[in-house]
Amino acid sequence: MAARTPSIRALSRYLLRPRPFLHPRCQHQSQSKRYSAAAAGARLNGTVEYDTTPLLHHTSPSALSNPELPEDVRKGQTKRINLYTAINEALRHALQTDERVLVFGEDIQFGGVFRCTMNLAADFGTERVFNTPLTEQGLVGFAIGAASEGMRPVAEIQFADYVFPAFDQIVNEAAKYRYRTGTTGVHCGGLVIRMPTGVVGHGALYHSQSPEALFSHTPGLRVVIPRSPIQAKGLLLSSIRANDPVIFMEPKVLYRAAVEQVPVLPYYLPLDKADVLKTGTDVTIISYGTPLYTCSAAIAAAEKDFGCSVELIDLRTIYPWDRATVLGSVRKTGRAIVVHESMMNAGVGAEVAATIQERAFLRLEAPVKRVTGWATHTGLIFEKFIIPDVTRVYDAIKKTIDY
Amino acid sequence: MSLRFGSRRVRGRIIWRPTACSNGSKTSSKVPPAWQTARAVASTPTAEKVLFPGALNSEFTNTLKFLTPSTNKAIPTYRVMDQSGRVLDKEVGVDTGEEEALALYKNMVCLSIMDLLMFEAQRQGRLSFYMVSAGEEGIAVGSASALSPADVIFCQYRESGVYMQRGFTLDDFMNQLFSNRKDAGLGRNMPVHYGSKKLNIHTISSTLATQIPHTAGAAYALKLQNMQQPDVPPRIAVCYFGEGAASEGDFHAALNIAATRQVPAIFICRNNGYAISTPTSDQYRGDGIASRGAGYGIDTLRVDGNDIFAVRRATKEARRLALENGGKPVLIEMMAYRVGHHSTSDDSFAYRQRVEVEDWKRRDNPITRLRKWLEGRNLWDEDKERELRSRQRKEILAAFDRAEKEKKPAIKHAFEDVWEHMTEEQKMHVEELKDILHRYPKEYDVEQHEGGVASLDELLQPKR
Repeated sequence: MAARTPSIRALSRYLLRPRPFLHPRCQHQSQSKRYSAAAAGARLNGTVEYDTTPLLHHTSPSALSNPELPEDVRKGQTKRINLYTAINEALRHALQTDERVLVFGEDIQFGGVFRCTMNLAADFGTERVFNTPLTEQGLVGFAIGAASEGMRPVAEIQFADYVFPAFDQIVNEAAKYRYRTGTTGVHCGGLVIRMPTGVVGHGALYHSQSPEALFSHTPGLRVVIPRSPIQAKGLLLSSIRANDPVIFMEPKVLYRAAVEQVPVLPYYLPLDKADVLKTGTDVTIISYGTPLYTCSAAIAAAEKDFGCSVELIDLRTIYPWDRATVLGSVRKTGRAIVVHESMMNAGVGAEVAATIQERAFLRLEAPVKRVTGWATHTGLIFEKFIIPDVTRVYDAIKKTIDY
Repeated sequence: MSLRFGSRRVRGRIIWRPTACSNGSKTSSKVPPAWQTARAVASTPTAEKVLFPGALNSEFTNTLKFLTPSTNKAIPTYRVMDQSGRVLDKEVGVDTGEEEALALYKNMVCLSIMDLLMFEAQRQGRLSFYMVSAGEEGIAVGSASALSPADVIFCQYRESGVYMQRGFTLDDFMNQLFSNRKDAGLGRNMPVHYGSKKLNIHTISSTLATQIPHTAGAAYALKLQNMQQPDVPPRIAVCYFGEGAASEGDFHAALNIAATRQVPAIFICRNNGYAISTPTSDQYRGDGIASRGAGYGIDTLRVDGNDIFAVRRATKEARRLALENGGKPVLIEMMAYRVGHHSTSDDSFAYRQRVEVEDWKRRDNPITRLRKWLEGRNLWDEDKERELRSRQRKEILAAFDRAEKEKKPAIKHAFEDVWEHMTEEQKMHVEELKDILHRYPKEYDVEQHEGGVASLDELLQPKR
């Protein structure tokens, strides 16, 4: 080896310094801050503060005051953890208590590219926690087969953007298995398919998508998107326990960002209930996953500026979804806004808005507003213009109230 | 679907005994990091040679020579008896008893008669659809007879013989074909999409090749169950698919994942020369499907599918291999010719010569070959044949009549089993449908369905 010049060495040291990684398939420089940070003079954008947001439980008593938690959990301890650790704890508990649970996918064994499966292979053995070849259709098909023979597989798709090779297996097989087998009673309901979803600041076309609407157009599937560590743990445990195939989508930008006090004991949250995060009287905002934080920040600004009162609902389960809670809220407020990252046309918002106009028609004071990603792809440098931000939700509240 | 291991929880038992596998879970509490387990020998400037982790056993060569598959001899086709029913190796014999051979023969004949009658019934408009197994009866009946009844089977659609051999009754077949109230599929699937939990055969779906990765996953579940229950005879999973389906990505994914997870499974390819109208020359350019097995690191065999003894012996041996050391996949390519049309929706003379089909029918066929063997041992003759055929015909027609007279499944089955429980949305839809059926009674034929409109009310009862 020829000796390198000092300047080259310094440059290599600079380039090779430890950085938060994005993804082994796509190791370009992570510059999330530079791409998605707010403008210097921004008053609305860039105000999503995860360490103070009211959507996360920053103290143990507030975490344990959740009425959905069972009595023994509410008397127990909490631990301050982020979302990927909550996922990891749910998987750990499932593996510990039910020997039919298997966890597998691409790069699972060393802990996963988002750390969700850290130490599981070491603690439960590589018969139950293992890497699969790099084939989404193969590993989902494998999971369906294992579930049809009594296992409860939790398969991971590395990014929701890469679920499409498995689309046939999910839509034509997993969703229809129980229906087509009729009285034989065979089903693949033990199946859960986890996938990181949503924008992350610098994910561009293939690390940013939110394909939940595609799955919610398929009878037989459940689609679940948690907003926080507490929700992730409880909803994932319920998904693994449920006897229907569940598509479990984890907002990847929250993996590290969302940190809260999470009950140490296992608990199960309902898969058919929306969650009213904040009550209000003038307008209802319906959302799920990451945009809830955007909505919360926008609501804080709007309530201060316009003196209005906004109700915020987390759908939690995208399909089958809790129509009663949403309709009850809209009948009270008379106005509704739906917010999601994926594009508007035929998105989840379309279904929610259509349901509202059909069943709360006489109570509506304004058209149902949808704040969504535009009809384009998530171009790397343009994410901040494409995905709903605080400004757009703030403006939607203004327009809906002034209608 | 499993007989002994359903949805019940097995409590308080240690499953994971240390295995021969290099990364047993109980022996070490820490799995070494990936770069330590799959590491190649480090290359230093003075090292004799490097070992690339991607191909540890590859020797270096300084001769530039591409692998040319075309110069390789084709993989041979294993057979036990020739076209006139003579056993080729008297030493080895056929390891099938005479009684058993007769039973296999009767099943193949029964299947071929059912095919003829049902094809005709579809032509008369009494069934919506049908697919015959002509020319491939030996593959289905023979391989199924060599498996344990507890083995789990996944089919494509041209394996009615597997169901028949396992004990699917004529009534079971007819109820499914007519989608009547006794159909296990509750009238939800097209004809020929059979399924049976009792017989451990998963319900058929139309999507080609999707069942191949299912087999790998099911076999993995069986592997774990075999480990857990050493006192219960071990089981394998078996998958059937055509050579056309083997072009799907799912075939590639499944065989690869089956090999990396070392699952006890047999993949049986029925290579019958056509995928609807597409001849194999448009399907692949390698040496059939068998030549692909080695690429996945899978033990592979090519068998004469018209020789039921060869099919049986190959399947038995494959089953033994599949269970070796806890499990490994095996691939068998069974050669045949699709004598019938692809389905009732296909006229195959649009893309192949009638004379070619007639030729095959006359020259080689699994039923006539076994019949020649039986006749050679004085176990069969023209009278027995006539008697068998007329009796089978009568039985099939009787079952046909019974099934045709049955009512259709209750309308509620249109909605049930989509999810484990009815959703609120579904209940709204049931209400709306009920309302429409009540207000437009002349527009719908509800009376042919068991329970009429009233069956929908059962869905709206609150769960107790």
